[in-house]
Amino acid sequence: MLVHARFSAIKGIKPHEWIIRFVFGGAVCALAGLIAQHYGPVVGGFFLAFPAIFPAGASLIEAHEKQHKARAGYDGTNRGRSVAAIDAYGAAMGCIALAAFALVFWIWLPRTSPWVVFPLATLVWLTAAIGLWLLRKKRVLLH
Amino acid sequence: MSAQLSETLSRFFIGGVTVSFFAALAEILRPKSFAGLFGAAPSIALATLGLTISSHGSQYAAAEARSMIFGAVAFLCYAAATTWLLRRYKPPALAATVSLIPIWFAVSLALWLAIR
Repeated sequence: MLVHARFSAIKGIKPHEWIIRFVFGGAVCALAGLIAQHYGPVVGGFFLAFPAIFPAGASLIEAHEKQHKARAGYDGTNRGRSVAAIDAYGAAMGCIALAAFALVFWIWLPRTSPWVVFPLATLVWLTAAIGLWLLRKKRVLLH
Repeated sequence: MSAQLSETLSRFFIGGVTVSFFAALAEILRPKSFAGLFGAAPSIALATLGLTISSHGSQYAAAEARSMIFGAVAFLCYAAATTWLLRRYKPPALAATVSLIPIWFAVSLALWLAIR
């Protein structure tokens, strides 16, 4: 299956689901800053890779898939959980790309302008993430 | 308003917007295995590293980025365990993802003890 965007999926997100994501995301970012201030950047840095929004995202994916199947007259409980598992597998691959993003920051930030490092690290993250996904799709990676 | 409170509020709002943006991307992209990549997007880092650089400098932010590599390894262990649990026993996604969060803390703690 080719990668594509289904913009209509945005309409399926309820206001409280947006609020949950905004509040969780904002809270973890604020918390990461406070932890770094109190315990230093070594401890605070760990929280830049905290799975803050992942539980909420996985449960919403499960709920949406279940609703989708229910509209077609099926019990989508198992299907919803399987799709959540697929999402988690994608996130596991994304973690390798996340580490690559951090590696670029760690190596280049002390010697280069942040205006260069931000786009470079984002590009490395995106390239690594898409590359890993393509390797998995070609069944080079186990799944 | 103190500088610390102002920075915390900035982190909260910028973080909330950035995380919501990546969550929306994960929602609209198909197939789901591809969209899942955005579940581990560097949303928190993108939201906060700019503020960290402006308030504490590049060396401080680089030290955070080094630890972030280990945090990403902990996230990988956590996401792999979540995948296995959801595939093997099919529990509710929220229960699985929340109950396994201690894996992230345990791996992070072990890595922190190893590098300090």
